[in-house]
Amino acid sequence: MKADVSSSGPPLVELKGISKRYGDLLANDGIDLSIEPGEIHALLGENGAGKSTLVKILYGVIEPSAGEIRWEGRPVAIGSPVEARALGLGMVFQHFSLFDELTVAENIAVALSGEWNLATVRGKLGEISRTYGLALDADRAVWTLSAGERQRIEIVRCLLQNPRLLILDEPTSVLTPQEAEHLFATLDKLSADGCSILYISHKLEEVRRLCRRATILRAGRVVGTIDPRASTAREIAALMVGSEVGEIRTDAPHVPHGEILRVDHLDMPPAGLHGQALKDVNLVVRAGEVVGIAGVAGNGQSELFAALSGERLAERADAITIAGRACGTTGIDARRRLAAAFVPEERLGHAAAPTHRLSENTLISHAATEVSRSGFILLSAAKRLARTIIKSFDVRTPEGDPQARKLSGGNLQKFVIGREIIRKPKLLVVDQPTWGVDAGAARLIRQALVDLARDGSAVVVVSQDLDELFEVADQMAVIHQGSLSPLKPIGEWTKEAVGLEMLGVAQAQGGAHAV
Amino acid sequence: MRFELTPRTTVSPVARALAPVAAFIVSFLIAGFVIWLMGRSPIAAFDVYVLQPLSDPWSLQELLVKATPLALIAIGLSYCFRASLWNIGAEGQYVMGAILGSWLALKTHGTEAGFWVLPLMLVLGIVGGALYGLVPAFLKTRFGVNEILTSLMLVYVAQLTLDYLVRGPWRDPKGFNFPQSVTFDPSATLPPILESGRVHYGVFFAVIAVLVTAVILGRTLFGYRLKLTGDAPRAARFAGFNSRATTMAVFAISGGLAGLAGISEVSGQIGQLQPSISPGYGFTAITVAFLGRLNPLGILVAALVVALTFIGGESAQILLRLPLDLTQAFQGILLLCVLAADALVSYRIRLVTRGGGK
Repeated sequence: MKADVSSSGPPLVELKGISKRYGDLLANDGIDLSIEPGEIHALLGENGAGKSTLVKILYGVIEPSAGEIRWEGRPVAIGSPVEARALGLGMVFQHFSLFDELTVAENIAVALSGEWNLATVRGKLGEISRTYGLALDADRAVWTLSAGERQRIEIVRCLLQNPRLLILDEPTSVLTPQEAEHLFATLDKLSADGCSILYISHKLEEVRRLCRRATILRAGRVVGTIDPRASTAREIAALMVGSEVGEIRTDAPHVPHGEILRVDHLDMPPAGLHGQALKDVNLVVRAGEVVGIAGVAGNGQSELFAALSGERLAERADAITIAGRACGTTGIDARRRLAAAFVPEERLGHAAAPTHRLSENTLISHAATEVSRSGFILLSAAKRLARTIIKSFDVRTPEGDPQARKLSGGNLQKFVIGREIIRKPKLLVVDQPTWGVDAGAARLIRQALVDLARDGSAVVVVSQDLDELFEVADQMAVIHQGSLSPLKPIGEWTKEAVGLEMLGVAQAQGGAHAV
Repeated sequence: MRFELTPRTTVSPVARALAPVAAFIVSFLIAGFVIWLMGRSPIAAFDVYVLQPLSDPWSLQELLVKATPLALIAIGLSYCFRASLWNIGAEGQYVMGAILGSWLALKTHGTEAGFWVLPLMLVLGIVGGALYGLVPAFLKTRFGVNEILTSLMLVYVAQLTLDYLVRGPWRDPKGFNFPQSVTFDPSATLPPILESGRVHYGVFFAVIAVLVTAVILGRTLFGYRLKLTGDAPRAARFAGFNSRATTMAVFAISGGLAGLAGISEVSGQIGQLQPSISPGYGFTAITVAFLGRLNPLGILVAALVVALTFIGGESAQILLRLPLDLTQAFQGILLLCVLAADALVSYRIRLVTRGGGK
């Protein structure tokens, strides 16, 4: 069907006065939202603004406390995701729902009903992949795939069902710029084919690239529906956050002191069948500076993080030196005792245990904090520490000491980063610090990283967000297929140069990778 | 139309506390219905199963005797289960503990060996169970073999080893060819707490194990390590906990406690080795561990309850001519009801009708 945004028919979907109450918390407060056929509509808001709740209501995951949903002008009750899909809704969640042990094709087939089986999925998969540039190997097991590839499965799974409304939650948070551009082309094509899209993102530039209407939520309420192209990024951010967004303060002089981290000819075999080996990685990070590691997802970032943190050990002790101590073959606890701190990419399940309370989650970095004594847990100290982190890093919690999973992504990220920063480590290694985090939280986190470096720590930021790296890093290197480019001051990098390194072109043109 | 479980946003502590009580009532009702179907009076059965054992001093002693190995083994299993490691072979570890401990009893039989025999037997029992428990742990950490299969299969190896020993090398030469060892000397016998009573000192081991475990699981880093390993294995590695070491430790602990239960039972109850030294304590303890929600005090209570069904089942067989299998069925019903009650405390059932149905 061919549709026009300005058509006089009823909107494809219309939400009227949707409210959702969790105890004392009003997660959604009388939200009105309408999406026209073929429209790409953005939903903007900080974490905790109520976007996830609203989308879950629309997708039938949770029931609204009040309000009405109209589908093509007709009131409907969406009792479950199955009903939502039957209506023509498709949803790509930020947190993937995939079976690690199954293959791509099996994961897709298992989620689809009736007429779909492995053979039909396999057949259609190739076609969809080609049409939308979503390259996927049908027979690979999901556990071997990168986050970006996993997301493609989710997207393809939706597209196979020919949805009328596709909901995407933070879709580009795991994509490379090229992949993101592919996705945008896909979305433009879908929109032109008449499929409506509800696009949830924190990245304002993307929203302006894709959407002509954006609904902005703050604290559960709609604070405006605007044309993002007619407003500046700064104005939109101000609506979302409720105040003018400040720039990250990086103007303090960058004065590197002694060497804190040295990586010397580090090689590491790939972790899994499809992992990325690290090849002759060299890096020096000094006290007082932020070093950024850019790169397209799956080029060895997680391997580098595991090697630096000690979750995987190097063959030679002197491959990694922290604070003057060769520790390539010692584990993460010993490195924490050298005043190193680490924040992995995955918040839930890696940095924090989802069902454990925040106070218990402080025990994860027990080796370097005062939460245990001779093997016994100091429960009150852990609680005190959790409270201090919550206060110092503006972590918004539904209760005093909630389970980690009850926090929104941004707030949990503030907590896990705060947990490490609060003990003033000499070295902080953080992987994707603002992955799927709202503008306000991202700003706070980046400022905290910069401040930590200015106070004399060495900070390594592994990120796929180039803008972020240009904002916080003093020096930057690019990782490509397990090799690290030379480290250069941020001022000497252009986006083009980074792009070339990310694609491995600069390497081919020569230039020894000395530090 | 189908049912769906949705998590409750708030879980009432009252509901959580009352869930086992409700589960017991429901499982009694189901069991009563089955007994009624078999043509017996459910009320008489309730009397025989529950009231009589609880009102008779002999049965009360017997209750403690049966609850002791169940509690000891289940406490050990709770370490494994908290770390999501599935040791199904406690029965084998129980038998191996009994074998190794008894070896000393048989070695010193008829000698003037002194007071040290019994403590050393108990230690050997723990060592035997622990070493036997380490076999599946080693196979898992070294070769990635599923511990459920290996630990279960090793039960039969242990049982057949015991069978061989009491029929072969360890058979009492004066035992009229019965497959059993000599009766242990007093120095190798775990004495009863009360003269002429049946309850032996193994009860204290169980109580100590419960108290120590309560402290370990609730207050120590090791306890947190198990919880974290079970709930978020990647976070456990990130916390610096070595998963291999954890696996080895919990299997050694649970094997050791099962071995202690085994040697206590042989030394304190049976007084000799024979082909069968357990009515399936090692397997029933799995039920006990989950009935007790892997909580040490809960396990103590669950062990007493399940022991009651053992005793009640025996009397029901005699008095009502009900098959002993019914006891196992009842234990199964009980476990199912408790798990269901726990699930309903945390989740609510939602009836979902298909789109076209409205």
